[in-house]
Amino acid sequence: MFLFKLLLKNAFRHKLRTGLTMVGLVVAICAFGLLRTIVSAWYAGVESSSSTRLVTRSAVSLTFSLPLSYAGRIKAIDGVTGISWSNWFGGIYQEPRNFFPQFAVDPQSYLALYPEYQLTDEEKLAFYRDRKGCVVGKKLADKFGWKLGDVVPIKGTIYPGTWNFTIRGIWTGAEASTDENQLLFHWAYINETLRKRLGNRADTVGVYIVGINEPNNAALISQRIDTAFKNSLAETLTETEKAFQLGFVSMSEAILVAIQAVSFIIVIIIMAVMANTMTMTARERLAEYATLKALGFPPEFVVELLFGESLFIALLGGLLGLLLTLPLASGFGAAVGSLLPRFHVSAGTMALQMGAALIVGLVAAAWPAWKMSRIDIVQGLRHVA
Amino acid sequence: MSDEALICIRGLSKAYTRADQQIPVLLNIDLDVPAGDFVALMGPSGSGKSTLLNLIAGIDKPSSGSIHIGGVDIATLSEGALADWRAANVGFIFQFYNLMPVLTALENVELPLLLTGLSSRQRKQHVQAALEMVMLTDRMDHYPNELSGGQQQRVAIARALVSDPTLIVADEPTGDLDRHTGEEVLSLLDNLNRSLGKTIVMVTHDPKAASRARRMVHLEKGVLVDDAPA
Repeated sequence: MFLFKLLLKNAFRHKLRTGLTMVGLVVAICAFGLLRTIVSAWYAGVESSSSTRLVTRSAVSLTFSLPLSYAGRIKAIDGVTGISWSNWFGGIYQEPRNFFPQFAVDPQSYLALYPEYQLTDEEKLAFYRDRKGCVVGKKLADKFGWKLGDVVPIKGTIYPGTWNFTIRGIWTGAEASTDENQLLFHWAYINETLRKRLGNRADTVGVYIVGINEPNNAALISQRIDTAFKNSLAETLTETEKAFQLGFVSMSEAILVAIQAVSFIIVIIIMAVMANTMTMTARERLAEYATLKALGFPPEFVVELLFGESLFIALLGGLLGLLLTLPLASGFGAAVGSLLPRFHVSAGTMALQMGAALIVGLVAAAWPAWKMSRIDIVQGLRHVA
Repeated sequence: MSDEALICIRGLSKAYTRADQQIPVLLNIDLDVPAGDFVALMGPSGSGKSTLLNLIAGIDKPSSGSIHIGGVDIATLSEGALADWRAANVGFIFQFYNLMPVLTALENVELPLLLTGLSSRQRKQHVQAALEMVMLTDRMDHYPNELSGGQQQRVAIARALVSDPTLIVADEPTGDLDRHTGEEVLSLLDNLNRSLGKTIVMVTHDPKAASRARRMVHLEKGVLVDDAPA
């Protein structure tokens, strides 16, 4: 009790110094948390992917289409329970900064493979019936203030012209990790238009989404699909949805590694700042520690005093930094919008933040505590004189 | 060893090593201090009087010789045992008071008692009694920077006697005080010695301060040159 009281009083002895150190800690822990959250958000698509879905794309490149005729052949392969397809639309809503993913899909089969997109039966039916209809995720609808019946004009970049979609449904995610930042519309709508304007681009799909009965057989089924189209004009590459998403993430891996490195460098910098503070503090109190030792307090008491003070400052700064991260992440998530659709500070990131604060506190006190526990009492007392 | 002596020093020498060179500070000192005595250690700067005090207080180790205090040869004790011995047997009074600035007068006086098994209530009672002895009960909740130099030294004296130590060591206790306040502090020490029978060893430059002791021991260049009643 006395130890805690003394270290508490010591911690706030130089209010400005402690305050500035704590501000540094708050900023560092907050920045650390935000950067870790950016990395986590980047991998969000991977986390939300299903183990019962495979993605089949062109073996040459994702930018090459596959014939629609493959659908029936894939569905007939042993182990496949469902098949759907989608095309990346890549349109612009009002201006490029309003980016969000849009996919042309086969509504019935697609929604059957994505049960986590929760829509009412009425919404589904309305979507199926309206060739120019679309469904959107709740976060996306909230962001732009859309409601059922609204017409969303999207300027095509891959598919020329302005396309007007009527919102027939707004889905909510079955889980926190479900993406609610997409717009889905009828593949048949663009296919009909393409057939009229660009006949050779009609009846092709970007990727097939393949439902499977047994996740453990994913590799075997993937092999069966790719074997079925071997030596054809459009060979396929089938992988799990997770591997497909990881392929996207790996394109920006260098950036992610840099972000992770910066997040750790920030912690190391604040560790050095904190260690400097604790060393200065210990040096100033040399005579006090010598006095305590002269009175009979063991060296361990001085060690506990310094570690306690350092940990108190570091953990308090860490906690404040963590608390500040939450509103900042929320604001940051809103600012970047659908670029990082699921931007929230995870429990793991919070634990890492407090872990970093704990390590900063321990490392910062290590040297001064060791030094002060070994001070010569006579030399220490002379420090006053 | 004298049977009555509380402190019995024999053949005590101390040398410091500076840049591979041995610098002798104390040379073959023999000294007995009976229980209840009040000794003033005097001598010019560098004579070794503070070193002798530090050795008696158990915060420094001799190069050779023995220091028996209450029958215990403290020169042979380990660091840990010496710390325990100091906590139980020695009260310290320093020139610059050496109070913890973040603790009140009461908390500063309570410090040595934290190393005992006393309950919080018992500790408070002891602290109250010690502060009464130095007439500072009305300032017990004040921090050192809210007290004058004389008051701070009185708090330090209360801290030195609160655990009822066998021995009180005082290093220039009036060195940082004006004459009047110094007199007050010396009167307090005199009172502790006479009324409570505390054994006090005090280092001082000031002959007037030394005259308040019962006995003056003079050191010069590490050698005990004179030992006479004050």
